[in-house]
Parts: sequence; structure tokens; C-alpha cells
Amino acid sequence: MSVATPARPDAGRAAADKPSRRRLMGRAPAETRGTVWTYLFLTAVFAISAFPLYWMFVISTSTDAALAELPPAFVPSDQLMANLRDVFSRDDVYFATSVANSFIVSTVVTVSVLFFCSVAGFAFAKLRFRGRNALMVIVILTLTVPNQLGVVALYILMGYMPGREGGWNGHIIAVIVPSLVSAFGVFYMRQFILGTVPDELIESGRVDGASTMRIYWSIVVPALRPALAVLGLLTFVATWNDFQWPLITLGGTDMPTSMVALSDLASGNYVTYRRVLTGAVVATVPLIIMLIIGGRQIVRGIMEGAVKS
Amino acid sequence: MSTRAAPARPVGDRSPGGQGPARGGREPMSWRHRLHRFDMRYTPYILVAPFFILFIVFGLFPIGFNAVVALRTWRLDDPTANGWAGAENFTRLIEDDYFWNALYNTFGIFLLSSVPQLLLALIIANLLNRKLRAQVWWRVGILLPYITPITASTLVFSAFFSRDFGMANWALEVLGLGAEGDRIDWRASKPASWTAIATMVNWKWIGYNALLYLAAMQSIPRDIYEAAAIDGASPWKQLWRLTVPMIRPVVIFTVVLSTIGGLQLFTEPMLFDLNAQAATGGANREWQTIAQLIYKVGWRELNLGYAAAMSWALFLIIVIVAAMNALITNRLGGGHK
Repeated sequence: MSVATPARPDAGRAAADKPSRRRLMGRAPAETRGTVWTYLFLTAVFAISAFPLYWMFVISTSTDAALAELPPAFVPSDQLMANLRDVFSRDDVYFATSVANSFIVSTVVTVSVLFFCSVAGFAFAKLRFRGRNALMVIVILTLTVPNQLGVVALYILMGYMPGREGGWNGHIIAVIVPSLVSAFGVFYMRQFILGTVPDELIESGRVDGASTMRIYWSIVVPALRPALAVLGLLTFVATWNDFQWPLITLGGTDMPTSMVALSDLASGNYVTYRRVLTGAVVATVPLIIMLIIGGRQIVRGIMEGAVKS
Repeated sequence: MSTRAAPARPVGDRSPGGQGPARGGREPMSWRHRLHRFDMRYTPYILVAPFFILFIVFGLFPIGFNAVVALRTWRLDDPTANGWAGAENFTRLIEDDYFWNALYNTFGIFLLSSVPQLLLALIIANLLNRKLRAQVWWRVGILLPYITPITASTLVFSAFFSRDFGMANWALEVLGLGAEGDRIDWRASKPASWTAIATMVNWKWIGYNALLYLAAMQSIPRDIYEAAAIDGASPWKQLWRLTVPMIRPVVIFTVVLSTIGGLQLFTEPMLFDLNAQAATGGANREWQTIAQLIYKVGWRELNLGYAAAMSWALFLIIVIVAAMNALITNRLGGGHK
């Protein structure tokens, strides 16, 4: 999906020749220039999208008094460092640990998803083996299963896992392992490889006597880089933001992810929004940085996913 | 097809007839040949195996096992109290007022969030589909809510919707829609709390859905719009009569997606509660959703058997509603094929 599909040259010109009243009507939206109203509307949409994040930042720099003001506080103050210290020094919430845990979980899951999904996608796209089509159908079917259905049983299963007293519950390994692969990842990688790696390239590798893994590393992976970036970003964001299962298995332990720690900050008899939102800022900043760096890729990944599925 | 078939035959095999030369060849040759055959035959399975093993153990098995748990007495606080419960968990479910209340809440919030969400997404996508300056950045910009952790945004909205000093009531007063002495207590009633939670869901997902629609809109052939000039269709009519029917498959996809997501709503109702981890969804369960009730029953009341039964009920409801919604959406767009 390129950003702008080239218009048919004659179509654009024909529309431009028509009288002005009809010019607006008979033209594809993609060939219609945005008016002032378009920009105003989109600016409003952007402002609404960004405002909660901005305000979260404002509160993280303020004192408690800012939350009891009307009209509400709209400009940042100078208490950010004090608030950060407040969040990180609480000994009942493990916030620093939780941020480190979120980084560990998201990184391990992302690397693993990229590797396992790309090798599986490669096998499904370019290798021949018995049962390939049937197995691919299973992958596609699993895309539709809501994973929430299994959380109760998953929790019980984790309780029986070896190596740790009481099983894996309460340890980040319980969050990592079920996410190590993703059906969407396999599907996405397969589609990308089908579209970008020609069979001839694989064959020429074979003729040179390269093994399957060698072909994967030196032919498929280089061609796959853009797709790896997209899948990697989407996986990292989704893993970082995951809440329900981490809350179930890590809630109330000294080993939370940052999402679970946030809910700990927001629980209790008296919620201090200043502290909670400072924690929320810390947990959000890494993703905003990712959006700024990888925004194009994330947009592309979502849009490609829509067209292909 | 013929090109596809080629790699299947061991390329290292010199004679098309088979293994003749290798068998008679020198020792290292035969070893390499065998390795190659192993590679051709089994490597594909080794490559797809991790996915299937992990998926079966941590994805498929729990779903099947959930059915077993649902039919048993299974308590976290009392491991000795186990045994077959038959349909007990399910009959209890039917008589459980809390379950029906949660179902009612879930559907209420779902309707308030999915319908405006998809309609606004369509309108925004239609505008993003125009020729714009800084095109990519508009798209990235509307994704801000999508990458924001739901926990973080819910906590912000939670503060917006506080009664006395919340941004929402203040904005209503500024607009002349609410009076100072008559502030809305967003956590005191079903309509108010549902609206607050639906606002969070809408905020989060409109941009994402708009991008899905935009992707589909870009694949519509452009000359179709020229034909519409004959009808003198206004841009607004153009959107609803031409564009939307053309992207029907994606609309159905998003309807199904938002059904699956909306009926499993968990984070927003959890953290909207001032005492989040109690999972009651308000003092009188005003906005407790099914996913939240499952969490409460399973990990606050420690009754995993009953929680598993609820999960199955939720699953069935999701399947039925998603299928119904897909059908309805398909029907609605059907006249303009």
C-alpha cells in the first residue's frame, strides 16, 4: 500500500476540464484537495486525540492543588521531578521494577515473535511440505479465537509449570511465554514473503547448495526488513499495553509490569491522580517515542493488515 | 505451479532418476546428500513447529481445558473442594442477577461505543482520503490514542469524569449544558458511567478504524466517482452511497472486530472505578462488565470453576453477536451492490 496510488492520468485531467460546479462532484475523494474545513476538522480530531496525553503531562508536573482548580490546569508546572521521585520511591508499588519488567517482557516477546513468525511464514510461503495448506488454514482460524476465553484455564496451567514453587504465576515468564508466537504474525509474514521474494531467488540459492536456514538468513531476511519493522513495532506496543492477563497472573506480587503497577497506584482508599498520572506518563513515553520514530511503519502495518485480511 | 514444485526435489541430486550416484559415491558426498534430504523434508516442519507447539499448549489447550474447569468445582482457596459439578456452574449462572446485570452493562457500553466509533471513523477516513499536506503526519497523529496504554488513558479520563473538579463537568458548564449546583456524578448511574466509559473506548479506537477504512478507500477505482457525477451526488451522498458500499468487507471486518473487543471490555471499567482492584464496577455494579465479573469471581472470590463457566457464556455470546452483526451490516450495504 503506497501512500498515494498513482491516479490514472486521463481521469484527473478529464475532471479538471469540467465546469467548476461538477468538478467537485464527479471527482474521487483522493483527487479532491482538502479545503479549509477539512484541515479544521482534522485539526480538531488531532487535538482531541492529543489532549488527554497533554493533560496527563500537565498533571504530572503539578501539585495536588492543580486537580482542585476550576477552570482546570492547562499549563505545565515545575513539580515533575518531585512527582517522579514520589512514584518511584513508593515501596508498595514496585514502579521501577515494573518499568524494567515491561521492557524485558516486550523486548523478549518482540524478538521471539519476529523470529518464529518469520521462519514459519517463510515455510508457509516458499517451502513445500505435506499438510502445508491444512496447517495454514489452522493458523488463519486461530486468528479469530478470542484469547480471553482461556484465561481461567491458562492460570491453572501456569500453576503446574515446573521450576518454581507454585508454578509460573507471579513471575513475568507467565506473561512472556504465551505471547512468544502470534497467528497474525505468521499470516502477515507469509503474505509479505509471497509478495516480495520471487521463487527464482530461492531456487538459485538451492542451486548454490544453500541449506534452508541459509536461504532464510541471506535471502529472505534482507527482503523482509520492512515487514519485520512493522510487525516488531505493533508487537511491542501490544505487549507493552497488555493488561488483563498480566493483572491476573502478576497482580499483588512484587514483579508487576508497568500496566499492573499503574493499576496498583490507582487502587486503594484514596487515589492521588497526580501520582497516578505521573506513573502513566512514565509508562506512555516509550510508546510515544516509538510512534514518532516508527509512525510511518505503524500506519503502514495497520493499513496493509486491513487490505490483506 | 511448476516453478513452485522445483525446490521440492533435492536440487543436489544429480540424476533425476534418484539416489544412484550418491549411494555409490564417496563417504562425505553421501553424508551431505543425506543432510540435504533431511533439510528438504523436515526443515519446513521444524520451522512451523514452534508456532504450533506454543499455540497448542498456551492457546488451544486452555480453551479446551476451560470447558473441563467449568464443569468442576474449582476453588483457589480450597484445593480439596474439587470434583465434578455437572451443570451446576451453568445453572447458577442463569439465576445470577450479577451476571445479567453485567451482560446488560456490557451491551449498553458496547452500543454507546461501537456505533459512534465506526461512524466517526468513516467520516475521518473520508477526509484523510483527500489530497492533503503532510498526509503521513495526519495519519500518525490520529494513532496517538491507539498507542497510548489503555490503563494510562483510562486514568486520565477517570480524572476528567470526576464529579467536582472534572474536566467533563467543567466543559459542560462552559458550554451552558450543565449548572454548577447540578453536576453530573459520572459514577452514580448507569447512563452516566456508560457514557464516560464509551467515551474512552471511542477515543481509543476511532483513529485505528479510520486507518482501516482509509486503506480500503484507497483501493476503490477512481472512475466510479466520475460516474457518480451524472447523479449529481454531493460529497456527503458520495460517501454513503458509493464509498461505504465499496468498502463493505472492511466495514464488516471492523464491526466484527469491535464486537469481539467491545464485549470483552475490561481495562476501562476496571480503572474507571476509584477502587480499581475491587472489580465491582461501581458501588452498585453500575458499569461492571462480564470480563470484569469473570475477574472478580475468579480472582477476588477465588471460584475458578464458576469463572470458567462465565467465560464460556461470554464466548458463545461473542460468537452469536459477531455473526449477527456481520449479517446485519452485510444486509444494510446489500442494496447498493
